[in-house]
Amino acid sequence: MTPGKTAIDANSGRVWKKPPFIANPWVRYGLVAITLAYLYWAFSTLPFDWQRIAEGLPRAGKIFGGAFPPSFERAGLLWTGFKESFQIAFLATLLGVLLSVPIAVMAARNVAPLPMYILGRTLIIVSRSFHPVIVAILFVAAVGFGPMAGILTLTLYSIGFVAKLLAEEIEEIDWGQVEAMRSVGAGYMKILVYGVFPQIMPRQIGLSMYQLDSNLRASAVVGIVGAGGIGGTLMNAFGRYDYDFAFAILLMIIAIILVSEGLSGWVRKKVW
Amino acid sequence: MLEITNLVKRYGQNDPVLKGLNLKVEGSSVVSIVGASGAGKSTLLRCINRLVEPTSGSIKLNGHELVNLRGGELRHSRRRIGMVFQGFNLIDRLTVMENVLSGRLGYVSFFQALTRRFPQSDIDRAFSLMERVGIAHYADKRADQLSGGERQRVAVVRALMQEPQILLADEPTASLDPKTSQQIMSLLQSLASEMSLPVLINIHNVTQARMYTDRIVGMRHGQMIFDGEPKDFNQDALDAIYGGIESPEEDGADSGQQASPAPEATA
Repeated sequence: MTPGKTAIDANSGRVWKKPPFIANPWVRYGLVAITLAYLYWAFSTLPFDWQRIAEGLPRAGKIFGGAFPPSFERAGLLWTGFKESFQIAFLATLLGVLLSVPIAVMAARNVAPLPMYILGRTLIIVSRSFHPVIVAILFVAAVGFGPMAGILTLTLYSIGFVAKLLAEEIEEIDWGQVEAMRSVGAGYMKILVYGVFPQIMPRQIGLSMYQLDSNLRASAVVGIVGAGGIGGTLMNAFGRYDYDFAFAILLMIIAIILVSEGLSGWVRKKVW
Repeated sequence: MLEITNLVKRYGQNDPVLKGLNLKVEGSSVVSIVGASGAGKSTLLRCINRLVEPTSGSIKLNGHELVNLRGGELRHSRRRIGMVFQGFNLIDRLTVMENVLSGRLGYVSFFQALTRRFPQSDIDRAFSLMERVGIAHYADKRADQLSGGERQRVAVVRALMQEPQILLADEPTASLDPKTSQQIMSLLQSLASEMSLPVLINIHNVTQARMYTDRIVGMRHGQMIFDGEPKDFNQDALDAIYGGIESPEEDGADSGQQASPAPEATA
């Protein structure tokens, strides 16, 4: 805007600062003040009983003491638990991913008509709204203790996650490929198979691997409320004060999660 | 024969992009449509295969009315209209052969499409067309591994697989380098005469329009302001079509349009 030659001299010494994140100073400092006030109130009203914390620490120490060395004596039980957990995770992932695909299509605004879209989004929101532990409690009450409840829980959990991300992926596809398929006279299903699915395929595989990994982890948690798998074994071990066995289970869980995470990362990198 | 009468397309409440356009294309002629970005070229082409819904008017292909077709009827008509796009619009992650065969999607059943079990006659046709344009050795390569010119050849073959009665090309060479774009233009020209197929090409490159097509249609502001042979397309016609267009702001209405190499003497 300023004429070129003299501008450099005339404009020296001008100050520049990054514009503040929140432009209005009242809002800016008001938010800080409110946050500080709330923190003060929260800490002053919550019952922080230092006495109990002090007593608890040695008890925690004793439990950890009992956990050393971890005992792999009952390897059979450990193996059965993990086998069941893996079965739950695998079946739930398979079912969940299969169901996610149609739900994701329904929940993608660019390929679904409005009523379908609303139905699809509702399904996703419902399956996402509760933590798997709460869902597991419901399913245990409905179908009884055991792996069945675990499979149902994690299927729902997988739908919530995979369908949501897949729907977002569908909404971001290159529309030109869809247009090309429309222009050759393909119908809706053929457009999906040729114009849409190849574009989301790598994401689909990546999500499935990630979900298997995540379901394996979650299957240990939902087992605690009676939905089968290693979680149940772990809970029993704690209940009987078998801390060494419980520690062995925890170590195994860590090892398996490490392996499955490495594996799923490797697969996701390979798919392009 | 393609016969467009009084075609109007209006996006929302804006000024119409096409204002009562009339166009007749007979036999196997190659027609190029030139005009600045926003003149309505893309919209015109997309109205023909109904990727864009015309607001009013009539489009007849070999006596068959295309406006107001629905569902299955629309799909049946579309499979007789081949289209080539600026960005190729190939299915990147599928093989060249799958892309070529996808031109038959309007003809095969869903199960055949899903399992890739296309009829032998389609596969034969695919190979002979791919040999014709020189891409047969790429049959099992993924489409995104090909160069731009090769991809546009795949797209042309896909359109020809439809056994089209007309071929639409929406700036088929705008994403290609000059040499490749000449090759594609001459390919379209010779295919048109080999298959006695009428071809409509949206193009920005006026020189290529003169060289490779039999007839030039000039558009401006949704209306046809020139229609004639390349030899009649002189400086006056060029000025009438592109002249006085200062900035691309005024033509934001046509969503189908992409970058414009039209003469712009600004900046």
